[in-house]
Amino acid sequence: MTDHSEIFTLTGSELSDGLASGQFSSEEVTKSYLSRIKEVDDKVHAFLSYDEEDMLDQAKSSDQRRASGKILGPLDGVPVCLKDVISAKGQPLTAASKILEKYRSPYDATVTIKLKKAGVVVGGRLNLDEFAMGSSTENSAYGPTCNPWDLGRVPGGSSGGSSAAVAAREAPLTLGSDTGGSIRQPASLCGVVGMKPTYGRVSRYGLAAFASSLDQIGPFSQTVEDTAQLLEIISGHDPLDSTSYPTPVPSFSNEIRQPFKPCKLGLPKEFFGTGMDDDVRKSIEQSIQWYRDKGYELVEISLPTTELSIPVYYVIATAEASSNLARYDGIRYTSRSEHAENAIDVYAKSRGEGFGEEVKRRCILGAYGLSSGYYDAYYLRAQKTRTLIRNDFDKAFEQVDAILTPTSPTPAFKFGEKSEDPISMYLSDIYTISTNLAGLPGISIPCGFTENGLPIGMQLIGQAFEEGKLLSIAHDYDRELQLGRSQPSL
Amino acid sequence: MDYEAVIGLEVHVQLNTKSKMFTRVSTGFGKSPNTLTNPVVLGLPGALPVMNRDAIEKSIKVGLLLSCKIAEVCKWDRKNYFYPDMPKNYQISQFDQPICEGGEVEIEMPGDSPSEIGSHRIVQLTRIHLEEDVGKLTHYESDSLVDYNRAGCPLLEIVSEPDLYSPEEVFAYLTSLRNSLVSAEISPCDMEKGQLRCDANISIRPVGTSTLGTKVELKNLNTISGVKNGVEYEIRRQTKALNEGETIIQETRRWNPDQKYTTPMRTKEMAHDYRYFPDPDLMPVKIDPEWVNRISKDLPEKPFDKQRRYMEEMNIPYTSTSALCGDRPLCEYFEKAASHCSAPSKVANWVVNDLLREVSHSEKDQQGVNLENCPVSPESLAELVNLIEDGVVSNNVAKEIFPEMYASRKSAKTLIAEKGLEMKSDGDEIETLCAQAISNDPDAADKFRGGKEGAINALKGSVMKATRGQANPKIVDETLRRLLLP
Repeated sequence: MTDHSEIFTLTGSELSDGLASGQFSSEEVTKSYLSRIKEVDDKVHAFLSYDEEDMLDQAKSSDQRRASGKILGPLDGVPVCLKDVISAKGQPLTAASKILEKYRSPYDATVTIKLKKAGVVVGGRLNLDEFAMGSSTENSAYGPTCNPWDLGRVPGGSSGGSSAAVAAREAPLTLGSDTGGSIRQPASLCGVVGMKPTYGRVSRYGLAAFASSLDQIGPFSQTVEDTAQLLEIISGHDPLDSTSYPTPVPSFSNEIRQPFKPCKLGLPKEFFGTGMDDDVRKSIEQSIQWYRDKGYELVEISLPTTELSIPVYYVIATAEASSNLARYDGIRYTSRSEHAENAIDVYAKSRGEGFGEEVKRRCILGAYGLSSGYYDAYYLRAQKTRTLIRNDFDKAFEQVDAILTPTSPTPAFKFGEKSEDPISMYLSDIYTISTNLAGLPGISIPCGFTENGLPIGMQLIGQAFEEGKLLSIAHDYDRELQLGRSQPSL
Repeated sequence: MDYEAVIGLEVHVQLNTKSKMFTRVSTGFGKSPNTLTNPVVLGLPGALPVMNRDAIEKSIKVGLLLSCKIAEVCKWDRKNYFYPDMPKNYQISQFDQPICEGGEVEIEMPGDSPSEIGSHRIVQLTRIHLEEDVGKLTHYESDSLVDYNRAGCPLLEIVSEPDLYSPEEVFAYLTSLRNSLVSAEISPCDMEKGQLRCDANISIRPVGTSTLGTKVELKNLNTISGVKNGVEYEIRRQTKALNEGETIIQETRRWNPDQKYTTPMRTKEMAHDYRYFPDPDLMPVKIDPEWVNRISKDLPEKPFDKQRRYMEEMNIPYTSTSALCGDRPLCEYFEKAASHCSAPSKVANWVVNDLLREVSHSEKDQQGVNLENCPVSPESLAELVNLIEDGVVSNNVAKEIFPEMYASRKSAKTLIAEKGLEMKSDGDEIETLCAQAISNDPDAADKFRGGKEGAINALKGSVMKATRGQANPKIVDETLRRLLLP
């Protein structure tokens, strides 16, 4: 690659190679992305903000390190942009909510520190559904993100900005967060790779919480190879997060380069019933055939509690959210209503004016499920059912190495198509939610297009802390088909 | 009708850990507002709690000290309610799996006189749980300001059964609890600094009945006497209400220490639904029995056990023991001194009177004189008492030189030698002085011979005066008696 005007189309590993061989500098890379953002983000609206000066300063530091032979890792000088719920010191963190409009984070999230230690250029702030609540990015207080493949359609959500930015080539790599599918579903709808690691693999310190027991930060990229590289950087036990798991992090990027023997993949029959779009079904069946042809053994399995995962999820996630979001109260760093006349008003009006409809709906729902007299019937019962869901997966993994499913029942839908009907919106996470409830790693990789040219994603679910194996299975397919390299015309 | 009160106490104690309950920020009192904070204390987006192991260890210690059952597993729950002193609008606490269950506090009621031991009784505890403290609000005319320095400090809540029956028992309970916690170095328990806070649940019932009446929760009891006064007032108020045919409503009332009455804060209908649920940011805590064992080996003696040992094994009078036993460093000082001395009860007397007097004088001038660098070491005090016991120096002279020992750090022996204060035990010299005393005061001599025992004291006094107190009183007594009644 010598044509610098096309730098922004490269993958993370191509950028890494180009920087290493001196084809271009980190400053040139960063400038290329900045001009791409200026060129297309009016249409896509993946970014809520970006600090050009700060990004260029980081790029120059990277170039200096490289000149003195002291690079910090393969991604030194490569930009990584963050969903606007991940703290970066001195940068805004709005969570796409009005209530955090004026807040700037005074500290770095653990993943941000890890990125900085790897020499990454920590880039702009990406759009999302307010507080990561939604599946379309329509719930952003700052306007939706558009799907780069069809600007009249949603990019998925909640990490719609993170997936759209990669698809639109406004960033080579991004981070999102996944509570019920918020990385995998938008990756699927935007035709890029997105992965939710095992719960506890990546520190949540510095991630504005939606549902603490389900949230995980994870990468987006054009290729599985890049996802492996980025995951390797952000993973690891963090003494600041009691739920992060003290287990060593293997080199995922090395692991996927090793020869991989085809293994056994499970197809949960409950995932292949009604409600799936025909194009999606066709595409997944082709992927299944691809794996079969490669020597993988594909077997039908059963996850009988699948249908319970959506109700269980909406009880647990909203309960935790109702408590997690209580801190946004108009007292300290959140915007205070100008109409408040007393203390109760400060709470009620600041939250009433500061939160969007979906956030309010979930806070009320969650508080209800925790109320005295209802706790046993809702929250406690949901937690017990969650254990059953986990048991289902444990049983399945006695038979198979990974589970293959569609990521989303449909390709990208049109704006407004589901936003008036919360239940149909909630159902777009039907294939992804149980993974979070079971704490397992899941990855969505592009596996085809609809007749209208909308991307389709395939999900692979792995065993806890077996991201290496999961990435290898995904890489096997992705290395050959490289569908994430397809670029929408903008 | 005659009523009796039934009272349960909820005591909050700040643990004296170095850092806060769920993050590595220093605890402290009196620092500039909002300087002991970080993202976790302030509840910023993304901040997460991490448990302080030392706080767990100290809580186990308290549990063992109060004979509680230590949980094998305890967990953290969120108590949700909105209040500006609480940055997250939930408090991390323990709901249904507290760190300690059951337990007891031994109390002592006042005796018939200050020198007599009172009756002892065991008060039952319900549970002890650990939580994080909240910030401090200060209200002004049109604004309220909040200081989060205290927010997130480890706070132990010790909940008693409704097992106290009078304001005096409440006072005794708090005193005993405080002595135990201070002596175990759990907390300085200074109520003025908010290190120990107390709410009381009070109900009354006709004497002789056993069902509990409607309870009223009393808040804002900020001093030990405030607790006593508040409880006293509330019992009177409830008794009067029932006697006048009113009913007691279940409510929370506030004690107003200046006006000395209680006023309603909120009724049962206004009570919060705290929507407790397990905190998903924290793992349950598994408490290894080995850990509990290790802590139990290091447990200090309970103050009342110590008092009984002093009285029974060392023959220390009750008054001295009650002054000693609430103060562990003082006890350590005493025991060290006593180990070098044949008369422990005299040592105790010196410690609780003379030593404490000097310490309290010097503390007025300079902050923080502690017994570790006390100018009179335990060995030095023991030497002084031994000199009295051996007849080298009189008690009066010893009392005189003690302040000087304290001021100059000189030993008793040095001071006595420097000043020539050894007791005069020379028989001939004393005999001459005694004979003189008898001839100077024949009246007293006659009275004594006539059977009036007390008359001898006048004669002793004049001998002591002549020797500036240095004559050995035992020899003076013997000599006088021999001369008067040959």
